[in-house]
Formats: sequence, structure tokens, C-alpha cells
Amino acid sequence: MIDLLTNPSALVEFLSTCLRLSVPLVFAALGGVLCERSGVFNIALEGMILAGAFGAAVGAFLSGGPAGGLAVGILCGMAIGAVLAVLGISLRANQIVVGIALNLFVLSITAYLARIVFGGQANTMRLNGFEHTPVPLLSDLPIIGKPLFGQDPLVVVMLVTVGAVWFLLFRTRFGLAVRAVGEAPGAVDTAGLSVTGLRYACVLGSGALAAMGGCYLVLSQIYLFSEDMSAGKGFIALAAVILGRWHPVGAFLACLLFGLFDALQLRLQFTNPDVPHEFFTMLPYLVTLVALVGLVGRPTPPRAIGRPYRREGD
Amino acid sequence: MPKAPAPGGADSPPAPPRLELTDITKRFGPLLANDRINLSGNRQSIHAVLGENGAGKSTLMNILFGLYQPDGGQIRIDGRRTTIASPRHALALGIGMVHQHFMQVPTLSVIENIVLGGRGSGVGRKRHGRRIAALAEQFGFDIDLDARIGQLPIGMQQRAEILKLLYHEAEILILDEPTSVLTPVEIDPFFDVLRNLRGAGKTVLLITHKMDEVMAVADRVTVLRHGRVMTSVTTAETTPAHLVELMVGRGIAPLPRRDDGRRGPAFLSLDRVSAVNDRGTPALQDVSLTVHQGEILAIAGVDGNGQSELAEVITGLRPLAGGAIAAGGRNLDGVSVAARRHEVGIGYIPEDRQRTGLVLTHSIAWNTVLRAFWRHPFARAGLLRPRRIRDHAIRLVDRFDVRLQSIDQEARVLSGGNQQKVIVARELDGRPRVLVVAQPTKGLDVGAIDFVQRHLLEERDRGAAILYISTELEHLLDVADRVGVLFRGRLVALMDRAEATSVRIGAAMAGLADAAEASAVTDGVP
Repeated sequence: MIDLLTNPSALVEFLSTCLRLSVPLVFAALGGVLCERSGVFNIALEGMILAGAFGAAVGAFLSGGPAGGLAVGILCGMAIGAVLAVLGISLRANQIVVGIALNLFVLSITAYLARIVFGGQANTMRLNGFEHTPVPLLSDLPIIGKPLFGQDPLVVVMLVTVGAVWFLLFRTRFGLAVRAVGEAPGAVDTAGLSVTGLRYACVLGSGALAAMGGCYLVLSQIYLFSEDMSAGKGFIALAAVILGRWHPVGAFLACLLFGLFDALQLRLQFTNPDVPHEFFTMLPYLVTLVALVGLVGRPTPPRAIGRPYRREGD
Repeated sequence: MPKAPAPGGADSPPAPPRLELTDITKRFGPLLANDRINLSGNRQSIHAVLGENGAGKSTLMNILFGLYQPDGGQIRIDGRRTTIASPRHALALGIGMVHQHFMQVPTLSVIENIVLGGRGSGVGRKRHGRRIAALAEQFGFDIDLDARIGQLPIGMQQRAEILKLLYHEAEILILDEPTSVLTPVEIDPFFDVLRNLRGAGKTVLLITHKMDEVMAVADRVTVLRHGRVMTSVTTAETTPAHLVELMVGRGIAPLPRRDDGRRGPAFLSLDRVSAVNDRGTPALQDVSLTVHQGEILAIAGVDGNGQSELAEVITGLRPLAGGAIAAGGRNLDGVSVAARRHEVGIGYIPEDRQRTGLVLTHSIAWNTVLRAFWRHPFARAGLLRPRRIRDHAIRLVDRFDVRLQSIDQEARVLSGGNQQKVIVARELDGRPRVLVVAQPTKGLDVGAIDFVQRHLLEERDRGAAILYISTELEHLLDVADRVGVLFRGRLVALMDRAEATSVRIGAAMAGLADAAEASAVTDGVP
């Protein structure tokens, strides 16, 4: 562990791992922030990541390149979002239950469809993903240059997206309406805006964002689709949303924290081969628990979250 | 947003009224909520719509605001016939509404709340602050535009709500029970706001069931009862008594007064009681008082000066931070809420009847036994006895005249007045020896207020020791035998009813009681 402080190249390597592990979390957490700010619980982040990963693999497989993968992946995530929106907003079903059902549904359907689409080569193929394309100048910055700007394009997209979601929420009329609809939908309704429309937009956007996390897994990390490859990242992202207090930058930092501990546990695994690796694998999840219970104080979620809107007298 | 026609200085007489409703009818199933209602509102006028809860006022206003579509009748605005399809359309036509429960986002700033839903881009002070500030100044609103709405006092929240309508260029402003949320000291300034609006040429529709308001600010008044217009007159040509009779369908006799100072022995006593509020800051400090049997000790004060905490420490809902409470000679330290109710005999009519007083999603029958369902005769060997509970409920709703379709209805479907009746029935039924009553008249109409007050007086005459906490001075003075005033958690004044003028109480409520008198109060009580 000491070498991280003494050896700059080891530190850069460690930070790069950290960030790599954070990217899917950050995309999903941004989706979670957007969705929950509008007053809709999004337990389905996990399923959205997985759907995005599957879509990315199919898209890249059929089109032969990462751009097609990204497009199909995002569409798959939005499709899951659409189901959540119809059931949880229009039909006023319990959003938690719908979210859980969607996660289980996506898990099974992607495993099944993957066997059909990819057949025997499912676990051996190597899809065409994103290349490492360092950003000129910025990637030469000391220490943080390589981790942030020396990796593949989706990392940069992620950084831009954090800023973009922040700008959308806090500097535009649409964002103001989103923040309002999560707190007091009645106020939005009487101001003449559509509660349903705003929430649909956010849930669909959330599907697209979370799916990009899945796309990253396939197109930048593993280059194939495997069953349940989201492996609980959606739930960590959910924790990051709370830890980051429903703020895009807060959620981003929370994801980095989880990424840090994930990278740390990988390192510990290598340096301590005698200890069963499961103990280290637990680390990020333990941090999640401790962070949620201990460090955050009392987070106050959007007031109207999880409650389908009903006009007075309806 | 199309600009509504300018007020245009002096209105020439032949101009059509700004707002004209003709034969508006609205049905909900078998209920005729609005029956051929006619109403018109002129420029530069305040028009009161007076009626009890359930008279059809809210339905009418929701039609005007585009939330409901009428089953029949016509709406004309500036002489042009129109249908109002949605709240957005209503805003576009220049109709704005301040709902009884404000439609605001507490976590957003005043400016953000105001620009929400408007045209244009950006959300900040830079773009919109100047126009909003100018409007605020024009109408004399002294309001911090950058403060979060949720942190402002309720009177300020209301101004923000009105400012929002002005910003959106509303010409017709509907105010639904605007004073029900205000404290007495906020009411006069609010009337000034209404007069300013009138002065600026607006049409103000004031929905209310309070007579004094109508007489104080309205130019015209339309009285509704059972969905029908009873009368529509200028306030100059009518009297409060006449309006009450039209509104309630009968005259309301003044409450009996008792000035003989007759009362029983001391029963409930608080000795230097202190308590903290939910945020951990002191809410009550060294409060000492004694309530006698057969007496109503009323506690006045501006909301938030320790009244809620006072009720809670006596009923056992909040622990004491210091001092002692005794009832009938028994120290209540360590006595549970249930034991206080059943052994000591403390009944409680809470301030928030929807959250503390009732379980809204449970049946009315169940709500009548909320505080005793585990005891004889409602349960035996741990099992509920539904028939006993039903019989009990039927007996209570009969005796207390609760208007309902069935005792199996959920409590939430009842009107506010009937909800309060269920609570009063439950709390009075056990012949309590102590009654703690918090804001019993808030939000109720004339008939329901009269009902509650008469029952409390009856309990007093039976011999109950009643602590009556209220911010509504006029109702409080109707029943009080003695009046105390809470200010910042201290009992700063305590006087007999005969000496209790609104001026004296008002001064104490504002913290202007002189120190000598205040200390005399704490010393003078045993």
C-alpha cells in the first residue's frame, strides 16, 4: 500500500482503476438522481444497466462497431424506463415492486436472448469496443491527467454528463420543474405544467443514462456480454444517490468513493493471496452500509418520491 | 401568455363584468354540488363567496380554475364565452388561484416558485428578480425573494403565492379560505393586501366562511348553501346576522355567557414546567398554571409559542424537561398516555385532527375506539369485538350528529367539521375530568364551531377542567373563564375573562406585556 504514496506511476495506475470501476456507477447514479428528483423511485437501475449492456453487445455485434452498440444499449435502457413509467406513473403501481420485478425480468430475458443472439461464441467473442483515445493536452496533466482523460471516450462523456445533469437540474426551467415535481407535484400541476410529462421524461432519461453504464461495461471493459454482468452495480448506484443527497455532483463523488474501495479491495486481493478473496470483495458493500448509516446524517429525499400524483378530487 | 385586457382607468358602465358565471351546474354522482349558480365579478372589486364547508364553494372555484368541467352553464370572461380546459388555460385567461393549502415547493426559493411554469428560460435572480421585486414593491410586500419558501412564516408564503399570480398577470384572483392559515396579527395586513389588489384593478374572489372578513373587506357577497345561491348583495345592504342565517339555514344564537366566577376546586396543575420542541430548543419555560374543575382556562398566543408542546406535555406525548404536572393530586410523572386517558381521565382534542386525531384511512367506527380498542368492552382476551365497536360508534355518531353515509366509511371522506365531531365524540364520551383542547375551531364553519363550543361549555358545566388552546381569539373569548397568553414558551399574562380585552391579549401575544405583570403571573399561581 505504501508504494501508492512513493511511486507516482503506481498511484496513477491505482487512480485509473478507481475511475474505471466508478464509471458504470456514475452513469447509473446520475440516472437515479434525475428519476428520483422527479418523484419516481428507481430501483430498476440495476436492470437498466444490464439492459444497456445487453443492448450494447447486440448493437456492436450486429453493426460491428461501438457507436451502434451505444445506440442500441441506450434504447434498451429507455425501454425499461418506459415500462417503469407506464406502470409506476400512469397506472400508479407501487414503484418499488415494479422496480424489483423489472430487475428480475431483465436478468432472465437478457440471459435467454444472449444465448439466442450470440450462440456458442457468447463467452469467447471479442466485440469491437471503444479504443483508448487520450484527450490531447489534458491527458498530460500530472497524476489526474491519465485517469481522467487518458482512458476511453466514455470516461470523458461521463465527466461531461455530470456537468450536464447539474446544469439541467439547476440552471434550466425544465430542471426547476423537475425539482418542483419531486417535491410538490400539486404546485407544478396548478402552474400549468404536466406532472406526468415531466416524470416520463425523467424516467426515460434515467433509463438512457443507466444504460450508458452498461454500455461502458461491454464496450470499454469486457468486450462481451455475460449473464448478470451488472452484478449489483445498480444498487450501489442507488446508495450513491442517497449518499450524494440527490445531487449529481454529490452522487458522482459518492461513486468515486465506492470505486476507490473497489480498487482497493482488488489490490488487497493481489497483495494478500492467503486471505479468501471474498472478504475483500465485501469491502465496497460494507462501505455502502457504513456510509448510509453512519456518515450521511439525515438525508431528506424529494418529498413526493414514490407517490403517484393524483389531482385533488380525482 | 396572452395579456389580459388592461384595466383601462375608469370603467365605462356598459362594459361587461370581467367574470360572469351563468347557471353553472356540477354533479358528482347523486350529489348536486353546484345547482345553477350565477356569479359575477367586476374589475376593481372584492367579491366574497360565503358558505359552509360542503356548500359547493370549492367545486365552483375548481371549475373556474379548469380542474373540473361543469355539466351545464356558461362562463364569460370580459363578455366572451369560454370553456376553461385546464389550470394552464385558466392562467392564460388571467385566472389565478391561491389554494387553501398552498401550491408551493418548500425547498425552492421564492423566485424559483414564482417563475415555475412561466414562459422564458433561466431560473435565477438575475433574469427575473427585478420584475418580481418591482411587483412586490408595488403591492407593498416586504418579502425576501431569495429565502426558501419553507422557511418563511405562513403569512409570507401566502404573499409569495399572490405574487406568483401577479407575476403571471392574473386579473382574476381566487383566494380559497385565505385567512384560515393566518394568525390574528397577520389578518389586518392581509386585508391591506386585498385592498391593494382591488386598487390595482384586479377582480378578487374571496372564498370564506367567516362573516367578519366579508364585512371588513368585501364589496359584494354571494351566499351559497347546498350548492345553490341564496343571495347576492352588496355588503352595505346586509348584516352579518342575516348572512349567517342564509348560510347556515337557521340563526345562530349567541353562546351562553357565565360571568359569576363560579368554579370547582383546583384539579390540573402545572408547576414550573419546561419542555423542548422537536428540534431540541426550549419550547416551554417555567410555565405554572392551575385549571379548576368547571372552568375553561384559555391559552392564547401566536402559533408556535409553545402551545403544541403545552398540550403534549399534559397528555403525555412529550416528556418534561423540568417541573411537574399533577391532576387530582396525582403526580403524572411517568404516567403513560393511555393511563392518563383511562385512569386520570385526560381527554385530548389535538390540533392536527387529520394526523394526530384520526387515522384517515380507517373506518369511522374504528376511529371512535382508537384510544380504547384494547380494553373492555371493545376487546376480550386480546380479541376485538366488532359488534361492540360498531354499536358504540353508531351511538356516538348519533349523539354527536356526525353527518355520514355509514360508519364503515373511511374517516378521510368526512368534511373537516364532521371529522372534528368524531374526535370530540370520542374524547368527550368517557366523561373526562380534564380536557386538553388545541385549536378546536380551526378551519371549521360557523355551524361546526357552534357545535364544538357548545359541547365544550356543556363539559365545563358538568365539571371538567378544560385547557383551551387557540390562536383564534374571537372564538376563544366566547368560551373562556380565564385567559392566559403564551409568548416564547412563557406564560406572560393570565387574567379573568372580565379583564380580557382583545387589546390586552393582543399586546401580550406580541410580547409587549410589561415585565412586572409577567413576573406577577408566575408568582401569583400556586
